[in-house]
Amino acid sequence: MTTNENVAGVNTTEKAATVEFRGLRREFGPTVALDGLDLTVRPGELVALLGPSGCGKTTALRMLAGFEHPDSGEVLVDGEDVTRVPAHRRDAGMVFQSYSLFPHLDAVDNVAFGLRMRGVRTGERRSRAAELLELVGLADKGGRYPHQLSGGQQQRVALARALALRPRVLLLDEPLSALDAKVRLTLREEIRRLQQELGITTLFVTHDQEEALSMADRVAVMHAGKLEQCAAPAELYGRPATAFVAEFVGTMSRIPGQVSDGVVDVLGQRLPVDGAGPQAGEVDVLVRPEAVRVGADADGKARVLATSFLGAAVRVTVRLADGSEVKADLPAHEATGLTAGAAVNVSLPERPVLVAERTA
Amino acid sequence: MARLNLWRWGVFGLAGLYFVVPLAASVVFTVDVPGQGLTADAYTQIVSTGGFGSSLLLSLELALATIAVVLLLMVPAMVALRLGAPKLRPVVEVVCSLPLVVPPIAFVAGIVTVLKWGPEHLSRTPLFQTFVAIQNPDFPVVLVLAYVVMALPFVYRALDAGLRAIDVPTLVEAARSCGARWPQALVQAVLPNLRGALLNASFLTLALVLGEFTVAQLLGFQPFAVWIVNVSGSQAQLSVAVSVMSLLVTWLLLLVLAGFGGRSRTTSRG
Repeated sequence: MTTNENVAGVNTTEKAATVEFRGLRREFGPTVALDGLDLTVRPGELVALLGPSGCGKTTALRMLAGFEHPDSGEVLVDGEDVTRVPAHRRDAGMVFQSYSLFPHLDAVDNVAFGLRMRGVRTGERRSRAAELLELVGLADKGGRYPHQLSGGQQQRVALARALALRPRVLLLDEPLSALDAKVRLTLREEIRRLQQELGITTLFVTHDQEEALSMADRVAVMHAGKLEQCAAPAELYGRPATAFVAEFVGTMSRIPGQVSDGVVDVLGQRLPVDGAGPQAGEVDVLVRPEAVRVGADADGKARVLATSFLGAAVRVTVRLADGSEVKADLPAHEATGLTAGAAVNVSLPERPVLVAERTA
Repeated sequence: MARLNLWRWGVFGLAGLYFVVPLAASVVFTVDVPGQGLTADAYTQIVSTGGFGSSLLLSLELALATIAVVLLLMVPAMVALRLGAPKLRPVVEVVCSLPLVVPPIAFVAGIVTVLKWGPEHLSRTPLFQTFVAIQNPDFPVVLVLAYVVMALPFVYRALDAGLRAIDVPTLVEAARSCGARWPQALVQAVLPNLRGALLNASFLTLALVLGEFTVAQLLGFQPFAVWIVNVSGSQAQLSVAVSVMSLLVTWLLLLVLAGFGGRSRTTSRG
């Protein structure tokens, strides 16, 4: 598929760049899009900006691209303040959410557009564009116009176009959200492969947590214009720093408990509290479905509400004696006897647990 | 199905009759002179009649100038509107549609008043010369200005349709992230995708200027339409021949413009 030779041809000659956001703040009328965002992206790293819509992730990306300007704070690339540098001199390749190819140009000319702006000669830029198209697996589609390409192919061309100028930073603004599920999966892997081969510092905006967790070196979860947590996917999932992260990433159930002296009383068990949280009083214990044990027990006070088959596992929704609902993932063979209405016993493994303020 | 076809042919035939019969009658009238049999005299006369060439040329010049001015005015304005102030669009739409509501006769009355008032009050200032210059009969700039206003509604609509079909902000941003400066982004990324709309706008403006009579006549200039009317007063055959000619000329020009638009996309490769 891809030869090392043309990867080398595409690769940036200089070292990958560091990107730094410092105290970025931006208001659009009454809404605060960014409320003091601090984030550092290390050279060659793929960081996913994850968050609900309106959390400011796209605004942050557009500030790095030069399409938005912060009210205060600064954007640094390799330690150099680029906040006032206009978009066309930012040296950042960008792939947009909607199809942004130039409709009047074929794939080759789309990819070569940036080189044309730089005044590269026709022959040279066309051969380089062909190289890039080969890199994204579209060597035979060079003469096609955007309307003759599928959505996935268009985004590949857009990716090739973004890489054509050997940018220091690659920016991806929900590039997969308009594609269907299958194309999304393959393109996801391909973007990651390319990014690693080229070693280019990449910022990836998405609202799809699965996408973020599967592609990124680190995931930055944003909420209301602020960074909640930036960590490797496994850490983010296993040790969420805040209740927001815990519930936004993956599925989380809340079980009522009583905390005192760093120990929480929950489901008749006494478990140590993990990380910061309320020191005393009524709390909710946050648990992942795979960490909840459910066993058939005729004396159990909890009742199965519903089960749904997920393939390898069965997700069981259980109502506890106090009325709160808990989701648990059980291996298919353990869940055979559990039908709606069955009496069960719910327990947690003897591990530190995360607690949060009682919400309900 | 058969019934539908019958209907279609019926309607087609009626429409054809409506358009073709008067045209055919005009042509027959010009070539079949009683007592002389078939003759093309009326058409040869046109060319020899004084003023044919100059008035046609003047009309074409006016059309070209109007197209250039109105596009230079409207294209940047409407792109800027899309990019910067989408909320102002209804306002601009209403303003651009105003010339449709103002009858040309009222419009020209206003212009005449200004042209009379201006030189009187400004006779001691350099603006006096401006008033004289824009009424130069060789190339009346004042007509271009009037036609620009009259073409606004059509040009607005044509461009708006074209801009609706493309995502201007994204195209501009994509071009900018590819290292294009602002003007480059507009000229190389947005304009080529507006070609259809630009052609439509030019089309409509051309047709408008070639056929415009009221304003030109009342301001005392003699472009093609005015010349036709002047000539037709004296000779019946000649006058009809001229209108047939003007129809053909307009049609031909529109075909030429369409030819530009119809060419395949190979030209955009730079």
